Amino acid sequence: MTRQPKYSRSPSPSAVGMPVLGRRSVLRGMLAAGAVTALPSLTACGGGSGGGDTTTLSFGSNETGSVFAEQRQAMADAFTEASGTDVALNAVDHNTFQENISTYLQGNADDVFTWFAGYRMRFFAEQGLIGDVSDVWPLEGVPDSFKQASTGNDGKQYFVPQQYYPWAVFYRKSVFEENGYTVPTTLDQLVDLCEGMRDDGLVPFAFGDKDGWPAMGTFDMINMRVNGFDFHIRLMSGEEAWNGPEVKAVFETWRDLMPFHQTDSLGRTWQEAAQTLQRRESGLYVLGTFLNEQFPDDEDDLDLFTFPEIDPAIGATAIDAPIDGFCMSADPDNPEAAREFLAFLASAEAAAAAETTGLPFISASDTADTSGYSALQKKSAELVGQAEHIAQFLDRDTRPDFASTVIIPSLQAFISDPDDIDDLVESIESQKQSIFVD
Amino acid sequence: MTVTQDKPAERRAARRPPRRRGHRLTGRDRAVVTAMVAVPALFVVLLVWFPAIASVLLSFASWSGFGGIEDIEWIGLENYENLTTNYPPFWPAIRHNLLWLAFLFLVPTPLGLLLAVLLDKEIRGTRFYQTALYLPVVLSLALVGFIWQLVYSRDQGLLNAVLGLEGEARIDWYGDPEINLWAVLVATAWRHTGYVMLLYLAGLKGVDRSLREAASVDGANQAQTFFRVVFPVMRPINVIVLVIVVIESLRAFDLVWVVNRGTNGLEIMAALLTQNVVGEASRIGFGSAMAVIMLLISSVFITVYLRVMFKEEKR
Repeated sequence: MTRQPKYSRSPSPSAVGMPVLGRRSVLRGMLAAGAVTALPSLTACGGGSGGGDTTTLSFGSNETGSVFAEQRQAMADAFTEASGTDVALNAVDHNTFQENISTYLQGNADDVFTWFAGYRMRFFAEQGLIGDVSDVWPLEGVPDSFKQASTGNDGKQYFVPQQYYPWAVFYRKSVFEENGYTVPTTLDQLVDLCEGMRDDGLVPFAFGDKDGWPAMGTFDMINMRVNGFDFHIRLMSGEEAWNGPEVKAVFETWRDLMPFHQTDSLGRTWQEAAQTLQRRESGLYVLGTFLNEQFPDDEDDLDLFTFPEIDPAIGATAIDAPIDGFCMSADPDNPEAAREFLAFLASAEAAAAAETTGLPFISASDTADTSGYSALQKKSAELVGQAEHIAQFLDRDTRPDFASTVIIPSLQAFISDPDDIDDLVESIESQKQSIFVD
Repeated sequence: MTVTQDKPAERRAARRPPRRRGHRLTGRDRAVVTAMVAVPALFVVLLVWFPAIASVLLSFASWSGFGGIEDIEWIGLENYENLTTNYPPFWPAIRHNLLWLAFLFLVPTPLGLLLAVLLDKEIRGTRFYQTALYLPVVLSLALVGFIWQLVYSRDQGLLNAVLGLEGEARIDWYGDPEINLWAVLVATAWRHTGYVMLLYLAGLKGVDRSLREAASVDGANQAQTFFRVVFPVMRPINVIVLVIVVIESLRAFDLVWVVNRGTNGLEIMAALLTQNVVGEASRIGFGSAMAVIMLLISSVFITVYLRVMFKEEKR
């Protein structure tokens, strides 16, 4: 039986960035276009909710009614207890928060609010919409790769990381044991493994891209193996050409792996694809750790390895591990408490407070207590610990308009017709130039 | 003398059109009427004309939604140029909207009419059928999306199971760009039929019984009675249905949005517009250009409709 699709734990902002709208979308679209012109006048009354009250701190959260919302509340309470500063938690539904971020930041943003590392954070920093929190750093136990991900274009830090969920290749330990498979570390070994699986009647790669974003994970992995992390960042920021030989090589590698992917993937959600792994019909799946949602009873059988090396000169040291964390508003009412709270949120104490809800997160801090972690969470932490570079996932590392209106349709076109690479990359590059104008 | 002097005055009075008392408004009446005209007019201007004109203006601009009006960069027709030449989903979207219009006209609308005629015959359980057929119209979007996901899912869906398709033979109803538009159109028809049926049921109830009796006395059979007498009498309903079909197909959005947000074979104007304007991807100028094109397309239909209506009134 199909489970109801859940978007509660979105692996990427664009996955939830689009609302399910009502039927008067046309009018609303036009209204939206009209209404934004009225925005600048609102900024005048921005600057937070209170009037210089130093004993309270406003905290904007994008989780309501979930275990993550409980975690946030628990952390806020723990901070109040430790510091005596009241935290006014202002929770907004995930989609609404995402859609209204520009209004929110230009209007009355909370002192501290939830956000992600990546391009969008750097963009906000450049616009002066979020506050410089360099003096909160260094954070105890938070590795350099995370600091790099929290840094704006001007070299200052604008973000405090709290938790992450890496992307990797997932498999069932029992399936590997039964068939005598070993974890591949090079592309050739991966191809051998896939061929072996096919002979054993398994679909080598589970694959579903109905929602458009899961395929970005595969693209990122291959790109970072073929061209490296630095190229990924430059490509995402619009500095490298999509129609150059590097990106073509990515698509060519992917095309050669495509016969090992589940067919008809454009009609399949990631949940349905994950269930084929769960039912032992497929052998591998490139996805984020949120995959465990589809393994309620046998998560312990789930294991992961990093995407194998393709070019020995590049290695396999970069991974996608979207980091969730917090930013400070550009003009907080209570700057001292905001900084104090941010430091707290990245600490082992905050992780411990969150764990009281029964579900720990994978903390960005090495000092956090990992004894409550599941085996998969421990493995994830290990994977990230070994990574030299952490990318934030395609749609967090580039302009969201480019990711959602160009990359999603293009990757889907590629999946439908993997042979027409030349036209595809030309089209992406030409659309990119119309979007990356400023 | 007095007689002759009076005459022109009388004539003048006679020439003047007779004035009725009711036309003279007191100050209070004037205030009420002014308010009744001005308030809705204000709303129309604020909620319809202002956004529409703002969209037209913004369609010549490049603006991310950040910063004030001074940050808007005016780029002339570049958005339109990009839209038509450098945005692959655009032309498929126009085609799909037109196909949507044709399909709604040709399939669910006649079907809704047929069902209305059948249910109007007071057959047993007519209320049950009416409710069952109308139900899809009132179901929430999330539920509709979920129901059709259960039907169309490639791996676990009802349809592939009923057809007995296994393994590679399974049809990818939502994922195959050749098929998915038709799959969604069927789902749309499922909702639209009930809607049209209800409108026609109401219309049929309003048709005077004596007309049918007269027709049968004249020897007309059932089909003749319906097409020559009943259908023409329902003209107001026909016009409403016509307008609804046009509006529904131009703003077609929700089912496509729940399936895959308007990509991969399901490109449709309203979905593309939403992708570009709402949410984090704020290509406001670009999205506005799309809105303007939709506005132009709808104006064509509105103009035709208004002309027909005014002609009728004059007759």
